[in-house]
Amino acid sequence: MDQNMLKEENKIFKNLYNNHGWELDKAIKRDDWKNTKEIISKGKEWIINEIKTSELRGRGGAGFSTGMKWSFAPKKIGSRPHYLVINADESEPGTCKDRDILRFEPQKLIEGCLIAGFAVGAHVCYIYIRGEYSFEGQRLQEAINQAYKKNFLGKNACGSNWDFDIHIHYGAGAYICGEETALLESIEGNKGQPRLKPPFPALVGLYGCPTIVNNVETIAVVPTILRRGGKWFASLGRPKNTGTKIFCISGNVNSPCNVEEEMGIPLKDLINTYAGGVIGGWDNLQAVIPGGSSMPLLPKKTCETIKMDFDSLTENKSGLGTAGIVVINKDQDIVSCMARIARFYKHESCGQCTPCREGSGWMWRILNRATKGETTLSDIDLLEDVTKQIEGHTICAFGEGSAWPVQGLLRHFRKEIDKKCSNDPLIKKKKDVPYLIDQHLLEKKNA
Amino acid sequence: MSVKKVNSEQPKNFEFNEKFKSIAEEILKKYPKKNKKSAVMPFLYLAQKQNNNWIPLAAIKYISKYLSMPYISVYEVATFYSMFNLSPVGKYFIQVCTTTPCLIRGADKIVKVCKKKISEKENQISKNGECSWTEVECLGACVNAPMMQINSDYYEDLDEKSTAKIIDSIFKDKILESGSYKGRKNTSPVDTKIINGSEHA
Amino acid sequence: MPKININGKEIEFEPGMTILQACEIAGAEIPRFCYHERLSIAGNCRMCLVEMDKSRKPIASCAMPAAEGMNIKTNTEMVEKARKGVMEFLLANHPLDCPVCDQGGECDLQDQSLYYGVDKSRFSENKRFVSEKYMGPLIKTQMTRCIHCTRCVRFATEVAGVPEIGAIGRGENMEITTYLEKSMESELSGNVIDLCPVGALTSKPYAFSARPWELKKTESIDVLDAVGSNIRVDTYGWEVKRILPRLNEEINEEWISDKTRYSCDGLLKQRLDTPYIKKNNKLIKSSWDEALDVITKKLNETENSLIAGHIGDLVSLETTLAFKKFFELLGSKNLEFREKKFYINSEDKMNYLFNSSINGIEKSDLILLVGSNPRHEATILNARIRKAFRNNKTPIFSVGNPGDQTYEYKIIGDNTQTIKDIIEDKHEFNRIFNTAKKPLIIIGESALELNSGGFIFEELKNFLYQKKLISEKWNALNILIQNASTVGALDFKIQNKDKNNFEFFDNIKNNKFKLLYLLNSDNLKFEKNDEFIIYQGSHGDRGAEIADVVLPSAAYTEENGLYQNLEGRVQECRKASYPAGEALESWKVLNQLTNVYKNRNLFDSFNTLRNEALEKIVNFESLNKLPKFKEPSKKINNNFENENVNINPIDYYFSNSISRASKVMSECRDIKLKYQKSGTNN
Repeated sequence: MDQNMLKEENKIFKNLYNNHGWELDKAIKRDDWKNTKEIISKGKEWIINEIKTSELRGRGGAGFSTGMKWSFAPKKIGSRPHYLVINADESEPGTCKDRDILRFEPQKLIEGCLIAGFAVGAHVCYIYIRGEYSFEGQRLQEAINQAYKKNFLGKNACGSNWDFDIHIHYGAGAYICGEETALLESIEGNKGQPRLKPPFPALVGLYGCPTIVNNVETIAVVPTILRRGGKWFASLGRPKNTGTKIFCISGNVNSPCNVEEEMGIPLKDLINTYAGGVIGGWDNLQAVIPGGSSMPLLPKKTCETIKMDFDSLTENKSGLGTAGIVVINKDQDIVSCMARIARFYKHESCGQCTPCREGSGWMWRILNRATKGETTLSDIDLLEDVTKQIEGHTICAFGEGSAWPVQGLLRHFRKEIDKKCSNDPLIKKKKDVPYLIDQHLLEKKNA
Repeated sequence: MSVKKVNSEQPKNFEFNEKFKSIAEEILKKYPKKNKKSAVMPFLYLAQKQNNNWIPLAAIKYISKYLSMPYISVYEVATFYSMFNLSPVGKYFIQVCTTTPCLIRGADKIVKVCKKKISEKENQISKNGECSWTEVECLGACVNAPMMQINSDYYEDLDEKSTAKIIDSIFKDKILESGSYKGRKNTSPVDTKIINGSEHA
Repeated sequence: MPKININGKEIEFEPGMTILQACEIAGAEIPRFCYHERLSIAGNCRMCLVEMDKSRKPIASCAMPAAEGMNIKTNTEMVEKARKGVMEFLLANHPLDCPVCDQGGECDLQDQSLYYGVDKSRFSENKRFVSEKYMGPLIKTQMTRCIHCTRCVRFATEVAGVPEIGAIGRGENMEITTYLEKSMESELSGNVIDLCPVGALTSKPYAFSARPWELKKTESIDVLDAVGSNIRVDTYGWEVKRILPRLNEEINEEWISDKTRYSCDGLLKQRLDTPYIKKNNKLIKSSWDEALDVITKKLNETENSLIAGHIGDLVSLETTLAFKKFFELLGSKNLEFREKKFYINSEDKMNYLFNSSINGIEKSDLILLVGSNPRHEATILNARIRKAFRNNKTPIFSVGNPGDQTYEYKIIGDNTQTIKDIIEDKHEFNRIFNTAKKPLIIIGESALELNSGGFIFEELKNFLYQKKLISEKWNALNILIQNASTVGALDFKIQNKDKNNFEFFDNIKNNKFKLLYLLNSDNLKFEKNDEFIIYQGSHGDRGAEIADVVLPSAAYTEENGLYQNLEGRVQECRKASYPAGEALESWKVLNQLTNVYKNRNLFDSFNTLRNEALEKIVNFESLNKLPKFKEPSKKINNNFENENVNINPIDYYFSNSISRASKVMSECRDIKLKYQKSGTNN
């Protein structure tokens, strides 16, 4: 299997486990900040085109084309300044890749910020780090300070004639702030409640100014892409699903880990090669959440063959999301696992719009009863209805994020839940009775 | 997330100390002058840090005035984000992640240890008055599950034994080193050779 | 104009409209909870979802701007399903306690669930309970019913300019509250009750007192200040149960002040329901005959020139005119309507009007307050100033310190020298003023009360006229009148111009009058000596207390009457109830008195009185319209004196006899005083 592995030379994050040191001088040895000035001197157009050529898609979950996003920023800077905002509010259960970049590869991120900032016309960048990552934030601040000392940041950053400053802003425990407009609200000093779109942040973002919001990993791979060429990046993986990706493999595996691999690597290889296999052997596998908790889970059958990239997972009614792979083996009660995820969404809903506010708690309550066997079969139908009533009706994508995992459960494990439904329905349907009559009153017991 | 309970006993006054005042002024420089409201979250952190890890109402007023914001806006922010404490927590504040990736690797056992060693209920301060614990949602260290956070440090790859050891030592005011308790480096596979080949190992 | 296709119908829309607004033009009704024309768009209730071509999800029509060539459907299965889904969520945690909810019968949630609700609840979990929140003496809360539309939050922040309501916590446990459940400190707070689409915020004084369908609704106007807000008076039998705003884009939009809304319990208390005569220093109940006899006797005894009359703050045009006629009959010229000495020149109608009009505030590009506190003197007008400030960033300046006005303003000086400098084009402010195309100067009664009051008014008027800012197109001169009766009294020349302006005040101070007739007048301050005082009015207030004879008459909700507001707009106040006990309508009292006194009628009927009043209105155009413009006459020279411009505080909740009788108003006042004392104000 070793020959299928991503070649060392094609790895972007060579210090993912901090085997070589995170400091600036050590990062420079790994080619960070090499030719940065030359890259920037080629101009915005060239940079954006090269990123478009690479077919890089956002690593934060939605998988939107990065080159395209950058091109949405107004070409000329008007009276309003442009901003670059980095989303380091990594809170999706199953995901912990940005954390490693922040603490072990901070210079890649910082260099990426400068280049991206230049490309979208931003002189100021805010990096929004989740509050719990206080160690990672301090580490990044040290790295930023080191970069300032070398004049890689600040006035005429890196000799590029472009002034560039980076500030860190900490979140404080709100998953929803990973949604880009909620994140902007949070930086502005408000509650992290997503904004209505349109207008999109590229035109009206932070402080009402044009703003580009990117994930940490997206920005951190940019310098390497530009140094090695968009074509190199596009040669990895397959069209529209190019490059490498950090996969986080957690859950019931023998050796949970983060690993950078080529896009499109088979899921089975990832689990077996890097994570030491499923606990209890492959046959003990029950399901896998392939892209962080918002993505519908995959049953074992699909896991045999599925390749880990955006399009193949979408075809299988799931998604690559953040590539946080949670392996669930047969020792686990799948309903409890998903009920816990539903509780997560109930806890993290911002409460702004109706379907998510009311629906996320409802789903959790039904699932919670299901784990205890206190549901009826009609409750499960209701659960499905609730997920459909949330999906697509909310202000932000949180609605889908909370509904999809439950839908995935119902799609693949309906039997498991149905088995747990030990409660008799209180109201038994009688088909020939007129609709308006309270049917339960017809039963003598209830009368 | 239920609305946070505001502590019944409140200090009358609050003001940043000299050191924090200068930090606050530095923070304000990060944001455009007319958007000083942006500093509300960093300021709440500062207040929390200065006041034994919880934010008194006097601090909310103080920050409102500092940033020319209505009281209710600062209060909204303080109640929206889960990391702001409006009532006292232990000097050692333990947050155990119990979201699915941790749950399936045994987070419930960590919770049990906390219940036994610290307090029966969440957010209850231990008998010696030094420590409290709470269940939290995903802390973003899923490949090192199960894990917990003590103040700002992550303790990873835990089991009952290591958790008990860590808690016992904080009761003696000794803070053990954070990181993995399974003897591995960060998020690498236990057998690092698999990934790094030979050249960088 | 661009076109949009709605349900297969092509319609034109104005650029900048939302899809929801376009749908309304097309006649496709869109259900909504959070959307409100006068508030910012929140898009959070998700009830207004519609289907749009090329979008796989339904979109929130309230938040999406309409665009050329869009294809919208509002009647498809997808839309129906989405709305039903949202409705089910809204009802899931709603207590469904309609039988004990005051909103019943006028509840948006009730109405819309008729169309989108299902007959049975599928929500079998425990319902959420949210504790009640204290929001002061006006707003009753039942937060379990809240559907989190945030209309109240947006109203407080945007319209009222008092950001005191917020949503704390998050997710399903989000709760609407004021900061630490403090009473809401706004004179517009009652409007959140109208805005709340469910029964979460209801009226505390009105709690459980009636159902909307039991009430008789009368469209009327408010007279407790000079703005003339349009109101609806809801009565049950004699009792005025509540007062609600009525839409009038030119005056109050759809807001009313708390005083307008909540003084109505004062209509039930301390009422004068029978005549009284003072015997042995005690007011004793009597009959009309006896009371009128006593008065007639006294009138016959007293020399004409020693008889004086004062018109109070709530008097209608008709009653003012009848009173004037009565005094003509007596042969006395000692009539006054002002409560304090302030300069007024009744030569031109524009001299006592808010000439720019309330709508004009929004068109203006600079506002200068001169000795005026519009927040307390004309709350609804102040809401317009705030709107101009918020929407157009209109810069606002002030001479004198009026305190918190709910918007930012700059104080450019605190003495009359500042005004003189402006008039002489010497002040720094003139540079800014000269760049404004539609400036607006608001002169308050406090400024006119100064020794330089005449100078300030005449010279500022001249200053504006010279700058061509007094014309038919734009009139920058504005006087902020405080009482509903003032403009009418000036039109009818109640003030005697050929005499020293303040003679009445000097005479009353020196107790020169022997007989004083107070027509609904309670705010005149003087030391009583041996004057014989007749008080005619509705409430046992300050006037009745010092009176020798009390004649009971109707309050403004109990008789028909015309009023001119501070813009000079003539509006009709309608009879919603009838006078208390033996009380009579005010004009009737005067007719009865004349009958006894002279054995004839003062006028034939109310209609003739009204017609005569309408004829006498200066520059009258038509009902509800602004008066005609006339070029100003020559300026009058007045003396200048350098003095401080102090703005007289107003006891806002206690400014008239009806409010003083109101328990609710006195609660509001107590809270405000307590709040000031504790010094928690920032």
